Amino acid sequence: MLTVDIKKKLKAFQLDAGFTMNNEIVVLFGPSGSGKTTTLNCLSGLSHPDEGSIQLRGRTLFSKKQKPVPVQKRNIGYVFQDYALFPHMTVRNNILYGAKSMEEVDQLVDTLGISHLLEEYPRNISGGEKQRVALARAFATKPELLLLDEPFSSLDENVKKECHNELLRLHKKWGIPVILVTHDQAEANKLADRVIEMEQGRVLE
Amino acid sequence: MSYSPLFLSLKIATIATIIVFLLGVLSARIISRRIFPGKSIVESVLLLPLVLPPTVVGFGLLYLFGVNGPIGHWLLLLFDYKVVFTWVAAVIAAIVVSFPLMYQSASAAFQNYDPNVENAALTMGASKFKVFFTISLPLAWPGLLAGLVLTFARALGEFGATLMIAGNIPGVTSTIPLAIYSAVEAGRMEQAYTWVIVIIALGFSSVLWLNWWTKRNVMSFKQNS
Repeated sequence: MLTVDIKKKLKAFQLDAGFTMNNEIVVLFGPSGSGKTTTLNCLSGLSHPDEGSIQLRGRTLFSKKQKPVPVQKRNIGYVFQDYALFPHMTVRNNILYGAKSMEEVDQLVDTLGISHLLEEYPRNISGGEKQRVALARAFATKPELLLLDEPFSSLDENVKKECHNELLRLHKKWGIPVILVTHDQAEANKLADRVIEMEQGRVLE
Repeated sequence: MSYSPLFLSLKIATIATIIVFLLGVLSARIISRRIFPGKSIVESVLLLPLVLPPTVVGFGLLYLFGVNGPIGHWLLLLFDYKVVFTWVAAVIAAIVVSFPLMYQSASAAFQNYDPNVENAALTMGASKFKVFFTISLPLAWPGLLAGLVLTFARALGEFGATLMIAGNIPGVTSTIPLAIYSAVEAGRMEQAYTWVIVIIALGFSSVLWLNWWTKRNVMSFKQNS
């Protein structure tokens, strides 16, 4: 279970986000610049809220009273908008970079259907393939929470549909909480167990 | 004709380049991506030696490192060491004048890739140390290498500041540019020609090598990415 209650002063407004979730897919939905990515960054530990608390499976990741758990120790998978694959490493080395066990990586690669890409460099694979590699790379670290920042926004319509179904299938299989950020209403409705709407840093539910 | 200017030049430029590379990479990594008040002032100060006449840089160094200067005084007191007019002074001059070139190249190199690749590595549990050596350094390497070559070439060619703080002592601080100056002053034109050819060859081959290396190695992962 993930419990979030954070406040952070941003340039144009104050971010004030609070929600609780289980092993479901929660979609953070809202216009660009409404604080969605900042929320993900606070969860992952790449930046910190000014106040509030974050708890994941009974672990306090952030609270006003103690030092925040550093990003490396949070065990949270993060798939960035442009995937942020390591351009100088093969797909294999990208996935192995943070992997906890080799055998499971083989299985993961099979599940995602990317075993034929392992020796390729990211520049030589398609957008949909990059997205799968980014998912595999995040999953190889066995995260307790998966964050996806507009992971489908740069994909063609038909590839997007395929990736949506893939995500739903994988989520069923892995059973961890997933937070997905999007500004696409149809995508939100299709993927979400629950939609959290954000505007100007606030949650409208 | 003695070969000492060549060896002196290579020794001084090599040592200066190593130090400048480490300092430049470190400071660029720390400063370039951060936003803090006074950042543009700090960067302007770091780049100052690039726009000042080398004699002014030399004058400043002479003030700092002279036996009565703030640093020179303590060196003399603590280690009984006079740095002015030694080859070490020539290294210091080369460091200061070539540092801005390395800093600029490194600063651009560290901003030349998506910062999220570093963030991704951090979320995957990698330490900052690991991220620097496995992600930042390889991705910035082409720019860092360009900075390295420029630094070496600038250090090799340093004249004004060196003359001010290290003098022109044959066999001690007389590097190729200074040897050329003395040779022309004394009317030994043949010697001057020789050193001019040597320094052109050194500069040309380092730039040529850099271009060749860049074409061969950098283009491979930059294409279509």
